[in-house]
Amino acid sequence: MSILIYLMPAALFLGALGLLGFLWTLKSGQYDDLEGAAARILLDDDDETPPK
Amino acid sequence: MSELAAPSSHPVAPRADPGLFVRRTESGGEAKIDFVVQSMHCAGCLRKIERNVGEMPGVSSVRANLSTKRVAVRWDPAKANAASIVDKLASIGFEAVPFDPKLIGALDESEGRSLLRALGVAGFAAANVMLLSVSVWSGLVSDMEPATRALFYWMSALIALPAIAYSARPFYRSAYAALKHGRMNMDVPISLAVTLATTMSLVQTVVNARHVYFDASITLLFFLLIGRYLDVQARNKACSAAQNLLGLRATAATLVDADGTYRSVSIDSLEPGMIVSVAAGARVPADGVVAGGVSDVDTSLVTGESVPEAVKTGAHVFAGTLNISAPLTVRVTARDENSLLSEIVRLMEAAEQGRSAYVRIADQAARIYAPSVHILAASTVALWLLMGAGFTVAITNAIAVLIVTCPCALGLAVPVVQVVATGRLIRRGVLVKSADGLERLAGADTIVFDKTGTLTLGRLELVNGAAVAPADLAVAASLARVSRHPLARALADYVGMRPLPVLTEVHEEPGQGLEGNLDGAAVRLGNRLWAGATKGDGELHAGSELWLRRGDGSTFCFRFTDTLRFDAVETIAALKARGFEIELLSGDRMPAVKAAAEALGIATWRAEARPDAKIARLKELAAQGRKVLMVGDGLNDAPALRAAHVSFSPATAADVSQIAADFIFQGAKLGPLVEAVDVSRKSRRLVFENFALALAYNAVAVPLAVAGFVTPLIAAVAMSTSSITVTLNSLRLNRGSGGVERS
Repeated sequence: MSILIYLMPAALFLGALGLLGFLWTLKSGQYDDLEGAAARILLDDDDETPPK
Repeated sequence: MSELAAPSSHPVAPRADPGLFVRRTESGGEAKIDFVVQSMHCAGCLRKIERNVGEMPGVSSVRANLSTKRVAVRWDPAKANAASIVDKLASIGFEAVPFDPKLIGALDESEGRSLLRALGVAGFAAANVMLLSVSVWSGLVSDMEPATRALFYWMSALIALPAIAYSARPFYRSAYAALKHGRMNMDVPISLAVTLATTMSLVQTVVNARHVYFDASITLLFFLLIGRYLDVQARNKACSAAQNLLGLRATAATLVDADGTYRSVSIDSLEPGMIVSVAAGARVPADGVVAGGVSDVDTSLVTGESVPEAVKTGAHVFAGTLNISAPLTVRVTARDENSLLSEIVRLMEAAEQGRSAYVRIADQAARIYAPSVHILAASTVALWLLMGAGFTVAITNAIAVLIVTCPCALGLAVPVVQVVATGRLIRRGVLVKSADGLERLAGADTIVFDKTGTLTLGRLELVNGAAVAPADLAVAASLARVSRHPLARALADYVGMRPLPVLTEVHEEPGQGLEGNLDGAAVRLGNRLWAGATKGDGELHAGSELWLRRGDGSTFCFRFTDTLRFDAVETIAALKARGFEIELLSGDRMPAVKAAAEALGIATWRAEARPDAKIARLKELAAQGRKVLMVGDGLNDAPALRAAHVSFSPATAADVSQIAADFIFQGAKLGPLVEAVDVSRKSRRLVFENFALALAYNAVAVPLAVAGFVTPLIAAVAMSTSSITVTLNSLRLNRGSGGVERS
């Protein structure tokens, strides 16, 4: 069970990364237009990020 | 989303100068603007808009939002301007209307965002804590050592404590606000349960006891936040759509400077003494006195009168009324303290006060639920102490009781149903703007309707066309074609596309009528005086009249009425069948209101009602204990909309009325009203069913908790299954039609 000494912090770290990633997506406005996001996958040339 | 309201017979008002709505970016370098583009509906539209505007020189960024139907553009002011962007969009087939959130009352999106952040934190923490908890639970039945268990519990505490402190803030805030005013709401027991569970778990971790409940508290928060977030978002979506409707009306005023030049200015910058020019077909931007010109003004949105009023120099005109026939020059006056509009504003403010007394169903439930649960917990402590167990054991069991009494299902009972109901109604063209509108609608038992614009479309129609000689019709239509007056337009529409005799020297006398020359004789079409009708045809006609004076001097009267909405009769019948008492309160003249009431089968009606008369009637009904649903569209209805128990307004209503109403319905039909009533009643039934389900869970779980058999595993299972059951039950709202068929 001593492996847990490595696994626990690793799990926490990854979890924290995931949380930070989510908070970043929230801040960069990716949830402001969910219908538009669904529509944009059909566009070939869309590469714009949402403005602040 | 369904289309906008049916096209009005009113001419389209000239659009505001987009330059008025341009703002500067924070860094100051660029200009930015928001447009509402209502006709955007697919990926193709997105691409067209973004590509075409993006390719314009000087435009640095353009982003279309398909959910809110708005487009945000940024550009370098030296290289482009707002008007060229609007033209570009028009050239690819999109009508872009500039939109300024400040003018409408900005939608506060920060609540949704902070809930989403709390939700994210709670979700991540819940997942990780559950990871550790499940390990412990499976380890407890096999061979996990106390040391390992302690380690896992400490890790859970490490993750859960900050997460709970952060995610529970919305609940703490709400609970504190309620308690401060001496009221109770559902967030009080939820906050208490979370706090006690977390504290107890921390204590248990320190003494390395067998069970902790971190996962229960964090998962509870997670589920409740989901419900709350979806609820807020559903409402934001409706409010944003409602804002778009108002924004599409955005107009500016045309100011006449001292040297005679015309300038476009925003309406709030108008001061008394300024002169504005009101084009034919435009709305009067501010109260004032006519300084020049003769025209007809449609006051239906202010007073409910379906017949336009003739005005000339010296007449008072009000903001929001529509100028029909000819351009007018108006000198802005300060709002007269005794004017109709001041009275409306005063009445609205007074009505606002009386509104907040309604207690939501969830809060009523909390009033019963919280004390009973706390008593149960206290008795558990007493029971165990009496039986000789230690203090720790007694407290642990008491807190287990608190956790397991499913504040989860109860906290979800209302929001989930609301989300489903709001979503269903928005698909049918009804926007639910207020948080408790659905509840209040379910409790309504009386409906008070306004007439003009609400039960009617505000469009005039010729009624005695069959009695007219075709030759007269043709002559009249030939004259009527050149005028923009609603009566003339209605006549021309009735006759339609037919070969008509050609008259020479046709001219229109605003406020009077038309005159032309047919085979050497003068023919006139207009009001009674203009046509020189002396016959005592004088019985008060329910609608309006247009007199034709033929070449030989004889006269004929065309009669018009304001048509009822297509399905008004069926809707009233359907509402009566659902047990409503119906009344008609209108500001229009007596004959018109009487005819409408008879056509619709409404027994109680009143005509020529000013706003204070409407409110007085509502107060009378409220004193009788009735819950009134008010449906109105005019400015004169706005105070009543605020004072009623719950209110509806069509999308064509005056701005103030749309803001005052709880629900907005789009389209030319009244059917959505019945739909909304059915959905609200079904929602209420489902909410009570959800409460019953939660109670059923409690009936099973509470005895187990009191007896000390509830482990964290059981608590987690109870919480999850009760939440899922409540959610599934709420989704039943989507099945079944309910209400009038929508074509």
